[in-house]
Amino acid sequence: MIQPAKPDLVTVNIDGQEIAVPKGTNVIEAARLVNVDVPHYCYHPKLSVAGNCRMCLIEMGLPAVDPATKAPVMDPATGKQKINWIPRPQIGCGTNVSPGLHIRTTSPMVKEAREGVMEFLLVNHPLDCPICDQAGECKLQEQATAYGRGYSRYIEEKNVKPKRTQLGPRVTLDDERCVLCSRCIRFSREVAKDDVLGFIDRGSHSTLTCFPGRQLENNYSLNTVDICPVGALTSTDFRFKMRVWFLKQTNSLDPESSAGANTTVWSREGVIYRITPRRNDEVNDTWMADSGRVLYKQVRTDTRLTAAKVRGASATLAAAVSAAAELLRAGGVAIVGSGRSTVEEQFLTRQLAAALGGVSINLVSRVGAGDGLLVSADRNPNVRGALVTGLVSALPSAQLAGLGAEIDAGRVRTVLAIGEDLAAAGLTAAQLAKVSVVCLGTHANPTSAAAQVLIPTLTVFEKSGTFVNQQFRLQKFAAAVPGPAGTTDDLAVLGQLVAALGGPAAADLAGVWTRLAAAVPALATVTFANLPETGLLLDPTPYAALPFVEGAGLHHSPAKA
Amino acid sequence: MAVIPLTRKPLSLVERTYVPAILSGLKTTFKRMFRPNDTLEYPEQRPAIPPGYRGVPTLVKDPNGREKCVSCQLCEFVCPPKAIRITPGTVPEGSGREHVEKAPQAFDIDMLRCIYCGLCQEVCPEEAIFLQNQYSLSGYTREELVNHKDRLYELGGTLPDSHYKWDKKKAAAEAGPAH
Repeated sequence: MIQPAKPDLVTVNIDGQEIAVPKGTNVIEAARLVNVDVPHYCYHPKLSVAGNCRMCLIEMGLPAVDPATKAPVMDPATGKQKINWIPRPQIGCGTNVSPGLHIRTTSPMVKEAREGVMEFLLVNHPLDCPICDQAGECKLQEQATAYGRGYSRYIEEKNVKPKRTQLGPRVTLDDERCVLCSRCIRFSREVAKDDVLGFIDRGSHSTLTCFPGRQLENNYSLNTVDICPVGALTSTDFRFKMRVWFLKQTNSLDPESSAGANTTVWSREGVIYRITPRRNDEVNDTWMADSGRVLYKQVRTDTRLTAAKVRGASATLAAAVSAAAELLRAGGVAIVGSGRSTVEEQFLTRQLAAALGGVSINLVSRVGAGDGLLVSADRNPNVRGALVTGLVSALPSAQLAGLGAEIDAGRVRTVLAIGEDLAAAGLTAAQLAKVSVVCLGTHANPTSAAAQVLIPTLTVFEKSGTFVNQQFRLQKFAAAVPGPAGTTDDLAVLGQLVAALGGPAAADLAGVWTRLAAAVPALATVTFANLPETGLLLDPTPYAALPFVEGAGLHHSPAKA
Repeated sequence: MAVIPLTRKPLSLVERTYVPAILSGLKTTFKRMFRPNDTLEYPEQRPAIPPGYRGVPTLVKDPNGREKCVSCQLCEFVCPPKAIRITPGTVPEGSGREHVEKAPQAFDIDMLRCIYCGLCQEVCPEEAIFLQNQYSLSGYTREELVNHKDRLYELGGTLPDSHYKWDKKKAAAEAGPAH
């Protein structure tokens, strides 16, 4: 018997299991809540419903009522209200739940319908799985196994369509593999707002293509590759690089801006092969920008720093740390922290400043144009982390002009640069030459060249930590690959520096979080382990007066529009 | 445990001469001397390899001398001792084989790891890898016992093919309607 539901909930019966779901949920999503898989190609939870693949056919019925009296018609055999089953299958994606809706996903009619759809989809499919990059994460492969008939009756010539078409600088199209689900078309139109894709020709000759003279070249083009259920759209960068089943997935974040898109880093044996978005309905839905997907290339470059140096000579980490501590103890210190550092590193930077006492702390600002989606104007992923941890109380200024003046005046004799290039941040070569530079960095740059003490550290893909994004959402990421030999985790380096300067002893990530929770009231209940994968929203009101540079983006509107 | 002492039967006079025993031994000797050998003079003589023998895994070419492997990496995936390592690559446009799209850049089988199970041959969708008759391999270094792609093709040679899958695909593409 259908239980009376809450006003905004609708109780439905899926394969005999009753569940209350919000109004407006479609059958695929409702079935997912009771762990019933309704196979589909064209339906995507973040796009409009097209209903053209016909794979999600289900059998549905409604409780019978007497047409005249509106009284429930009872089934004498079961003693329950009779269900009037619709004699033809319906699509699950386009059917929203209604009170008392009954769904069958395993009936013979549904099974037959799925087998029919699969057979038609495979009629012209080239079956070049051995050379297809989608193999292993292909819905057609999975659903042919789970719902197909298992053999082919097709003996005619298969349809021939263009292969290896370059749709844009980053996307390769194989039209023979396309199942015409139109997800990519809808994504371009609805999310990327760059309507460049469409179908031409008719029937089995239908072909996906760009409008004449246009290319799929917007900064979100690779999302079409992610949502393509088959191997029609593939990434040119990832093409034939590695089979997906070898790759280890690590939850990470897109560090290119304060939007903080959730990502998955795919690596094998310490080598990163690709980065894809990870679903977070509060931040990035299922999307990310193309520009964030190539950032893994910075991990293995010739310019990576791999040896600690003291005055140009190679040194051990311990020697470099003690040399740095000696320079810092001499006084006249300015710290250049980074909006790219993790919350934990920024907290240790604050402890370092406290241990030194009376030093100026600068952050380097990076402002670009926001695209209104997932690349925000603030290209530092974690400026808000510096605010939350109390490293700084104001937003970073455009250039380090104040620090330059201090150096010129001779008040600053040592600069500690944490992951920042001072030359790029506005200091001149003459100013760099006047001071002793202690540099923690990943790649060779003018600062690392000028550094008295150089300690190589890790990129965001090689360490674990947290960022606070533009919504003040604290999100964590994990190390995907180990750092190259000779590098040290920033957290360990900063911890050892703090300890060398008389602060608390160095600790691991969990240990730093214990101190962080004790020192920062907003993070009092947080540990790295209990931080949810979808992030934790912090209270932004203490910072409401600050002039943040971000404009409106996906799931973000500036506090004062 | 009880011990049962046995008394050996004393030898007769004839037995004590040892002549019958020597003669019977020599009989066997002369019989063997004129019979064909049971052993092979390895390595000059090699045994006949039975069909289905699982020797060293090799890569084969089709009868037209073309590479069959498309570097799908299924053998690498299925290989229990992880002896196979493939670096996939793209077939360049204009090579006449661009419709195959994919071919191995590097294909290494570490024969120190290989256990000759034949799963790679079983899983290969292109019938490109076969465990053939080669059974004897030796080397002075570990590196020598890693078969690289050129060595694998040298060992594999050419095997008959009945499918010519990629030729059929190319012919269909050329005969198909223009888009």
